[in-house]
Amino acid sequence: MHKLRMNLARLYMGLFLVFMIAPLAVMSGAAFNDNRLPSIVPWKGWTSRWFEAMINDDRMMVAFGNTLVVAVAVAVLAVIVGTASAILINSISGRVRTLLYSMMISTILIPGVVIGISTMILWTKMGNAMGTEFFLFNPGLHLSVLGQVSYIAAMVMLLVLARLQSFDAGLEEAALDLGASHAQVLRRILLPYLYPAIGAGGAVAFFQSIENYNVTQFTRGGMDTLTVYVFSMVRSGVTPAINALAFLLIMVTLVLALIYEINRRRLARVEAEREAEARRATALEEAI
Amino acid sequence: MNDLIRRYGVTITALMCLLVAFWLVMLVVVPNITLFEQSFRPYLPVVDVGGPKDFYSLRNYAKVFDGSIERSFFGIPYMIPVHVMTFGLTIWYSIVVTVACFALAYPLAFFMAKIANPKSLPTLLLLLFIPLWVSEVLRAFAWWIILAFKGPLNALLLAIGAIDEPVRWIVGYDGVVIGLTYAYVLFMLFPIYNAISSLDTNQIEAADDLGAPWWKIHLRVVLPYAKPGIASGCVMVFMLSAGSLLVPSILGSTTSQWFTQTIDQWFKDALDWNTASAYAFILLLLCTVFVSIALKVFNVKLSDIAK
Amino acid sequence: MSAKIDLENVSCDFGSFRAVDNANVSIEPGEFFSFLGPSGCGKTTILRMISGFIDPTEGAIKIGGKDMRGQRPNQRPTALIFQNLALFPLMPVWENISFGLEVRGVDKATRRKKAEELLELVDLKGAADKMVSQLSGGQKQRVAIARALAVEPSVMLLDEPLSALDLKLRQHMRAELRAIQKRTGVTFIYITHDQGEALAMSDRIGVMSQGRIQQIANPRDIYNAPINGFVAGFVGENNIFEGKSGAVAAGMAGFDTAYGTLRARINDDAKGSALRLYVRPEHTLLSAAKAEENSIPVTVSEVSFEGAFISILCHSDDGKLIVAELRNDGSATVPDIGTKLHASFDAARAALLPDANVRG
Repeated sequence: MHKLRMNLARLYMGLFLVFMIAPLAVMSGAAFNDNRLPSIVPWKGWTSRWFEAMINDDRMMVAFGNTLVVAVAVAVLAVIVGTASAILINSISGRVRTLLYSMMISTILIPGVVIGISTMILWTKMGNAMGTEFFLFNPGLHLSVLGQVSYIAAMVMLLVLARLQSFDAGLEEAALDLGASHAQVLRRILLPYLYPAIGAGGAVAFFQSIENYNVTQFTRGGMDTLTVYVFSMVRSGVTPAINALAFLLIMVTLVLALIYEINRRRLARVEAEREAEARRATALEEAI
Repeated sequence: MNDLIRRYGVTITALMCLLVAFWLVMLVVVPNITLFEQSFRPYLPVVDVGGPKDFYSLRNYAKVFDGSIERSFFGIPYMIPVHVMTFGLTIWYSIVVTVACFALAYPLAFFMAKIANPKSLPTLLLLLFIPLWVSEVLRAFAWWIILAFKGPLNALLLAIGAIDEPVRWIVGYDGVVIGLTYAYVLFMLFPIYNAISSLDTNQIEAADDLGAPWWKIHLRVVLPYAKPGIASGCVMVFMLSAGSLLVPSILGSTTSQWFTQTIDQWFKDALDWNTASAYAFILLLLCTVFVSIALKVFNVKLSDIAK
Repeated sequence: MSAKIDLENVSCDFGSFRAVDNANVSIEPGEFFSFLGPSGCGKTTILRMISGFIDPTEGAIKIGGKDMRGQRPNQRPTALIFQNLALFPLMPVWENISFGLEVRGVDKATRRKKAEELLELVDLKGAADKMVSQLSGGQKQRVAIARALAVEPSVMLLDEPLSALDLKLRQHMRAELRAIQKRTGVTFIYITHDQGEALAMSDRIGVMSQGRIQQIANPRDIYNAPINGFVAGFVGENNIFEGKSGAVAAGMAGFDTAYGTLRARINDDAKGSALRLYVRPEHTLLSAAKAEENSIPVTVSEVSFEGAFISILCHSDDGKLIVAELRNDGSATVPDIGTKLHASFDAARAALLPDANVRG
C-alpha cells in the first residue's frame, strides 16, 4: 500500500514536470520546423532559417536592445532602493516599521495595470503642470523603468532583508571600534555580507523586468520591448522567428541556472572542508 | 533611527531614508493618489483641462453600468451590464485558477518537502525554476501553439486515439484558465513547499502512529501548519491572475473578456485615461478587499505573505 | 602606548533603569583591571561607555587625561574584543588582523607584515591565509586579540572573551592573555562574571552589583578582605552568622549570636550598620575539643569529596549549616558522618560586614 502510494507520488511528480517543461520544449522545437506557422506538427524538416529571420528582424533586435537597457536600469535602481529599504527596515522597530513594511509589501500585490496607468498619469501631469517638454515627463521607457522599480524593489528588499536577519551587527561595531569610518563599515563589512542576496536580487529584478508587460504596455510611449513586440506578433502575423528567440532565451536561462548551481555546490564543498579543518584544530587543541 | 545613525553615520542614513522616501512617495503613494483624483474627472481635450467643464463627478465609475446585455442563469433570463459581467467573470475565473493551482501544487509541495530524496531536490527545484525564469509572454505563446486547432495537443490525442476529431480548446475562458494556471502554479508551489518543509516530520509520524488515515493527517496536521504558505500562494495567484493582461489577450477566445483588457481598451483605444483610471481603481479596490478577506479567513498578517 | 583611564562620577540610564550608578575608578597605565559581577550588574555598560558605543548620562570618561565625550568609537584609542569575537567571516585571517590598518590607509605590504608579526605574537604562525571558519575556538580567540592589538590601542577592552571556550582551554588562555598583556604593556580592561578568571589574571578587580562598584582592590584583598557581604559572597563561599555587634576595640568586635559572643574583624566605617559575620569554609576548623574562642558545637552530616579539597557539611544543634574545608594533602583526618565536633575559626580570619552597597 505504502509502496503504491510512493509510486503514485513519483508518477505525479513526473507528470507535473512534463506539464511544466513540455510547453517550453514544444516552443523550442517549433523554432527548427521548416513550417511557416510556429508549430511542431506537421513536421516539415529541420531548418535554421528562423534564426536568420530573427537576426534580420530589425524591429525585434531594437526591442531586444531596449529590453536589456530597461532591465539593467531596473536592476540597478531596484537593487539600490531595495537594499537601502532592507537596511532601514532591519534597524527600526515598532509601528513605523510595520507601516513601512506593509507599504513595501503591498506594492507587489498592486496589479501591473494600476501601476502602469498611475505612473503614466502622474509624470505626464507633472510635465503638463510645469509646461515642460523635458523627456522625463513624456511617455517612454524611462517611465516603464520607474513603474517597474516601484514593485520590483520590494522583491529585492525581501531577499536582502532575509540575509540581513542572519547578520551579526557586532561585526559593524567591531569595525567601528577598529577605527573604520561609516562608509568603510558599509563597503567592507555589511555590503560584502549582503552580496549574495544583492546578486540574487539583481537577477530577480533583471528577469522580472524582461518579463514585464503590464507596466510597460501603459508607459512605453511608442517604444518596443521584447515582451511588447512578441505580444504584438502573436496578435498579428506570427512567424517562428519568435520561437528561435524563445529557444535562445531558454538556453541562456538554462546555462545561467547551471552555472549558478555548480557554483553553489562548489562553495558548499569549500565551506564543508573548512569546517572539517576547524573540527580537526579543535580536537588538536583539546588534546593539549 | 538612532541605531542607524550610530552605525552608518548621518550622511548614509539620510541617503537611505531619501531613497526609501523616493520609492514609497514618488513611485507608490503619489501615483496612486493621482490615479484616484484623476478618476473623478471627465476626459477632456487639453484646452478644457482646468476649465469650467473640469469638475469632479462619479461619471467615470457610472460607465461600468452602461450597455446591458441579456444573459440567462438556469434558463432565467436577466439583464447585466457588460463591464459588470466582465468584472464578475474575471473574479470568478481568477478563483478557479487559484483553486486549480492549489489542487495541483499542494500534493507536489508535500511530496517535495517530506517524501522526495533530499539529494535530488536541488535538481528538481532547478528544473521547476526554469519555466519561472522564462518570460510570461513566451509561456502564454507556448500554450497558444499547443492548444491551436491544428496544434500538437490535438495531433497527439488523435494519434493515440483518445479523440476522433480535433477539439477546439480555446473557447470561452478555457484557454485563459489553462494559461494562467500554467503561468502561476509555481507561485502557489513555493510558498506551500517552504511552509511544509519546516514542519517536523515527527508530527506526521506521530499522527500516523496513532492510526490517523492519510487524509486526516493532511487535514489536521499538515494543512493547518501550511496555512501561512497557502494564504500567501492563494493571494499571489489570485492577484496575478486578476491583474494579468498578457495571458487573457493571447489565449482568450472571441467570447472571453478580462477586466484588465477593458481597462486597456479605455486607455489605448478610447484614449480616455480618466475612465481607465476609474476602472483601474475599481480593480485595485477589489484586490485590496480580496487580500483583506483572505488574510482574515486564513488569520495571517500581511507581513507573513511575502516570504 | 598605554594610557590611564579615569571614570569620574559616571552614571548611565536606560529609560528609567539606572544601569551604572556613580562609578568612580582610576585605572593605571599598563594595568590589568577586571570588572567582576553577575549578569546585569552594569559591567558591560561600563565597557561600552569606555569604547564609545554608549554615552554616559552623567559624569566623564577620560583616557590619558582627555575627556572622551563626543568621541565616536572609531576615534577613541581603545580596541574592544567582543564576547562572540565578531571576526569578519568573509576575510582571511590576515585581513581581519590588519583591518584596523587598512581603514587607516596603510599599504598592503606593510599590513601583511604587521599581521604576520602579530600572528607570531599570539602564537599562530602560518594561519595568515586561512579563513575564520577554518579555525578552532582557541585560534579564533588569538586572531581576535591580534586584530585588536594591530591598531596599537592604549586600552584593550575585553568582554568575557573566554566564555565560549571549554574549561581546560579557558585556563590555558588565561595564562596566555596575561602573558600577552605583560609583553605589550597595554592597559587591559576585562569584563567577566567568573571570579576565578578575575582573581587569576587581574592586577586589580572592581566588583560590581546592581550598577554600583562595590569594591576596588587587588585579588588577594578582594578575597581576604571583602568590604561587604556581596563581595564576600560573589568571590567565594562563606559561613554566615546573624547577630548584633558589641564593643569595638583595635579593629575587632564582639558579635552576639545564638552561639554565644563571637569575635571578628570590623571596619571603622561599618560601625552602626546592620552587620553579619562572614568566615570562609577553609578558615573554619573542626576539632574534637572545644576551642578557646568562636567555638560552635556541630554534628557532621555529609562529607563531599571535591578533589583538591574535602568539604565537610555540619549542622549546629539548632540546625544551621556550617561548612568546613580540608585540604586533601593527607594531613587531615576525615570525620565520619554523625561525629560530634566543634567548629571554630580565628577571629582575625572572620569579618563583620554590611550587605551590598545599593541605592535606596
